[in-house]
Order: sequence, then C-alpha cells, then structure tokens
Amino acid sequence: MTNQPLTLAEKVWNDHLVAKGENGAPDLLFIDLHLIHEVTSPQAFDGLRLAGRSVRRPDLTIATEDHNTPTIDIDKPIADPTSRTQIEALRHNAKEFGIRIHSLGDIEQGIVHVVGPQLGLTMPGITVVCGDSHTSTHGAFGALAMGIGTSEVEHVLATQTLPLTPFKTMAINVEGTLRTGVTAKDIILAVIAKIGTGGGQGYVLEYRGSAIRALSMEARMTICNMSIEAGARAGMVAPDEITFEYLKGRAHAPEGVDWESAVEYWQTLPTDDGATFDAEVFLDANTLDPFVTWGTNPGQGVSLNDVVPEPSSFADPNETAAAQRALEYMDLVPGTKMKDIKVDTVFLGSCTNSRIEDLRAAAAILEGKKKSDHVRMLVVPGSARVRLQAEQEGLDQIFKDFGAEWRFAGCSMCLGMNPDQLAPGERAASTSNRNFEGRQGKGARTHLVSPLVAAATAIRGTLSAPADLEEN
Amino acid sequence: MDKFLTFSGVAVPLRRSNVDTDQIIPAVYLKRITKTGFDDALFASWRNDPEFILNQEPYQHGEVLVAGPDFGTGSSREHAVWALRDYGFKAVLSAKFADIFRGNAGKQGLVTGEISDEDTEKLWAAIEANPGVKIEIDLINKVATLGDLSVSFAIDEYTRWRLIEGLDDIGLTLRDEAAITAFEAKRPAWMPKTIPARH
Repeated sequence: MTNQPLTLAEKVWNDHLVAKGENGAPDLLFIDLHLIHEVTSPQAFDGLRLAGRSVRRPDLTIATEDHNTPTIDIDKPIADPTSRTQIEALRHNAKEFGIRIHSLGDIEQGIVHVVGPQLGLTMPGITVVCGDSHTSTHGAFGALAMGIGTSEVEHVLATQTLPLTPFKTMAINVEGTLRTGVTAKDIILAVIAKIGTGGGQGYVLEYRGSAIRALSMEARMTICNMSIEAGARAGMVAPDEITFEYLKGRAHAPEGVDWESAVEYWQTLPTDDGATFDAEVFLDANTLDPFVTWGTNPGQGVSLNDVVPEPSSFADPNETAAAQRALEYMDLVPGTKMKDIKVDTVFLGSCTNSRIEDLRAAAAILEGKKKSDHVRMLVVPGSARVRLQAEQEGLDQIFKDFGAEWRFAGCSMCLGMNPDQLAPGERAASTSNRNFEGRQGKGARTHLVSPLVAAATAIRGTLSAPADLEEN
Repeated sequence: MDKFLTFSGVAVPLRRSNVDTDQIIPAVYLKRITKTGFDDALFASWRNDPEFILNQEPYQHGEVLVAGPDFGTGSSREHAVWALRDYGFKAVLSAKFADIFRGNAGKQGLVTGEISDEDTEKLWAAIEANPGVKIEIDLINKVATLGDLSVSFAIDEYTRWRLIEGLDDIGLTLRDEAAITAFEAKRPAWMPKTIPARH
C-alpha cells in the first residue's frame, strides 16, 4: 500500500483493478453492477449468442423496461409494433440468460437510474455501468458509474469487466448556501454553462463543498446525472452520513454485521486531504439564481433573470455559430427576457428529476393553483414505486386538480421514444437533461429547468420562478 | 473485425460543432433490434433539408467526415456509430470527440482522428475547393492526406493497435480470465447482488 493521498475516484478505480494495462493497454476493471434496458441491449445479447457465450454474472445484472414504455394504458399491449418488439426482445433475452427483469406493471419497474438506487443496489465505492449515458446518476453514492455503448454491454455481460483507460480528475467546488427556490438542477446547469459541453471530457468530476454536502441523496443524483452533459465520463459525490441514512434498510442494502463492515469501508472512500485534482472549478452557491437553457445544448444556459444572449457576445467563433443556429431553431430573439418566453408544455420527469422529492417540491407549488390555459403538463414518476408513494401522499390528486396529466413510470417525453412527444414547433419547459434539436419530438423546442421552475411555469404560462408567483 | 491500415475515401466537410448523437441518429431509430441497416437513419432530421451537405453531390458518397469540435456528445447510443458505418463512413476527423462516442467507434472499426481546429479549417477549405476529393487516412502513421495537404491526427495507441490488428475486445479480455476469477474470489460478501431478489 502507498500512503500517497488519493481522490475518491482513484480509490474506487484501484479497488477494482483486475489487471493493470501494460504498454499503453487499458486497465481491466471489475464491474459490480450492470443495469440493462431494452434499447441498447438486444444487439449485445445477439453478439453473445453468435459467439456461444453466456452471461458471466447474472447475479450482478438487472434489467428494467423504461425508454419505450407507454405511460398510459400500460395494461394493454404496446401499440407501437417496433417498441413492442424491443420490449419483447428484452424479456426473451432476460429469460434465456437468467437475468432478473422488472417489466411494465411490476412495482420495481421504472427508469433504470431510479430503480437501482431505490432497491439499494447502488452503493458507495462500487462500479456501475449501463448502456445509457445517464448512468453517471449513481455517482451520487460515491460509486464510479459510467454510461457505455452496446459493444461494451456485450463485453460486461460476457466478462463482468471493462477495459478502461485512466481518467483525469476534476473537482467541482460549490461553496455556500442555496437561496430559496434554487436547487441542485440549477447548480448543475450553471456548472455546464461554465465549463461547456466538452469541458469535462476525459474527466471524472467530483462535486465537493458545503453546498453539495447539504444536499439530499436525490438532489445529489440530479447533479451527478447531468455530468455527461459536460462531457464527463462520470460524476461523483463522496459518501457521508446522508448517503448511509438513505441506504439503510433498503431491500438490497447490507444488514447486521455486513452493514457495519460496509460502512467501515465506505468511510475510507472520501478524497484524502492533500490529494490533487487535475483541474478545479469553483461555483458560488450563495449568488446562484434558478438556471434555464435558451439553446440546443445543455451548456447554452443563463440565469432565469437574464435575457437571451447575443451570439456575437461569445468569444469563440464556434460558439457564436452554434448560438446563431440554436436561436434560429429555438425561434428566439437576442435580448428577450427569459421570463417572457411562453411555453406550450411542461414536462416533470426523467432520470434527472422524477424522484419523490422532485414531485413533492413541484406539488407544494401547484397545490390550490390552476394551470395556465394554454399549457399542457405531464407528470411522469421515475418508477412505479415512486408513483405509488406519491399516490399514498396524495400528490397525484394535487397534480390532477391542477390540471396536469398523471402518468405511469418511464423515460417518456425526455426523449420521446414512446408516444409522449412534442409537436413540431412546440416549446417545453422540461425537467429532463437534454435540449438537443428534435430530442422531445421533431422540431420541438426544449428549455431545461428545475422542478420548481417547471411548476411556476405551468401556473404562469411563461418561464417563471416560484418567487414570481408572489408578485401577482 | 477487419484490419484497418489505410483507407482513401470521399471527404465531407460538416461545418458544425457539438454534433450530438440525437442529430447523428434520432431516438425513433433506436427501436430496431438489429446491428445493421441504419444507413437511412444517419442525420435523419438534417437530411430532410435539401441543402444539407449529405444531400449534395458528390458528398452523398461520403466516406470520411470532417466535423467541428465536440462531435458525438450526448447519449451513449452505439447506433450513432452503426449509422455512420452503414452509410459508408470509415473515419471521422474532429478537434474533439465525446468519450463514449469515441469508445464506441473504436469497437466498430470507425476511426476517430483528433485534429487541431486550424487543420479542421484547412481541410474544410480544401474539400470545398475541390468537392468529391478523397482523403487518405493512414492509421499506421496517423496522417490524413488530401492532395498536397497532410495533417497528423491523434488516436489512442491501444485503439489504433486493435484496429490495425482487427482484434476483438472480448477475446482479448478473456485471456485474463484467471485474474477475473481471482478478483471475484476476494470480493466482500456485502457487495450488491441482484439475485435472489429482495423487496
């Protein structure tokens, strides 16, 4: 053992080293948890069949249906034949290879990144992969969690390992106290606006500082979830008492003596004093406003109190060109106040913001209010269990009374693989993670927002913060 | 996988930065369960525009894409690589690639060469001055050549070696199977297990 101070990411990396790469070859890392869904796995299972290989560790693998699943009439056959085929392929593959699956209608079904933590399968210090870029969500527990492609899914199924080249480390220091109405979503949108969509490329980010330590696990998941939007391979938060408290008693969390051993190990994981990061970024939580995007990538964001920027205000010519293109697509004029932008749809959901705290926060604002006439609002819980919990708390009734549609769990309008899409030219305030061209439907326009801004926007019909409601 | 040594193909200048994977292949095309036949899906939304570069002769027959920085950002969908490959692209040159995209490309034999912003501009200008011109991608020497213009590109050495040798990743890893088994034997008992299911 060496006494050299290490970062959290380096510790997890070292503890999973199966074989050290020589002569420029990548290291081989063991994978503790492999999450599977219907979209990026069928070709991986086909590859196994073709090569006559089996799944090495079905006991470290779990599948759920989320990207394609409808959020209404889930008791009926899936109407879209291609979606149905993909779901059926997952069910067939899970059965053939002995993998646990949670299908539509099952209480544990839901967005893969909501399901893992909810079951207590996501733990500090483990390696997690999934054929989905938002796997970074699980880093909130101090796990090293990465999105992978289908060839890598096949590789992990066959070997329970992945060849990986070491990453650089970046500390994202967020100090201070968030003001009322400012959330984890605003922190991460501000971080991405600051470092850009490629700023994290090659790095594992570690979110640190007093503002991060004060956040709940669900809020930390929101932050880590969007690490990929800054181009990072993963984002992490060191485990602490808040992490342990969240895990304790969950279905798959360690129990008894095992719990004691696990906590003892987890407490060794935080970055050592004196460890160095390859890069550091600082953000002041005290002065942060609610953040929203104006463009077509998640780095194109501003304070909600700001205006649509002038493309020529960007120093980098690539950014200027991208901003021009984005404003044309978004049909926005520079100088327009963000709060004057009228939306057609509000989407509360996605692996970024569909957990119980997100629903509670939005419901608290919507209670007793009426929806703006021209707005449609969709509320899609992250999992069947979140949906059930929300119903037990009466949140569903608040949403329905408000005039929102209360749906079943899944990825839904975040990427519109199921029927939940925007029409061409429609504009949404969305709690999801990507405002790419056409992401929520062909020609659709997306503004990324927090659940609080989503709720206030649904009331006023224009991009709004909860504070704007009091001024009326 | 076929060995990749050198390749010469029609160059396409894509003057855009931040080409995300939702643009390379929209989500609606991800419902297929096959690994081939994605050529129609490549840049599907942009291809509706008759002015889009791949709708222009001779770029329709593109085989080497020269794009702006931050190519392949966003989703982990390997379908983006399959779509480029199925359309006929053998290599993409850009000043910066998203990590997951670059990893996926390496698995499928699509070369991702990192070039400077300055060389990107030079290549764009040279291609536009001579539409239909071919670029030669020399993976041995890490050089892209277009007429008199030669630019060097970066690619990680391991991926380059694998592509040149045409090696399969899983086969390579399984040579370390004894090390995997040894690692499994020392994992603590409290690590997560999905089976048997607990509720």
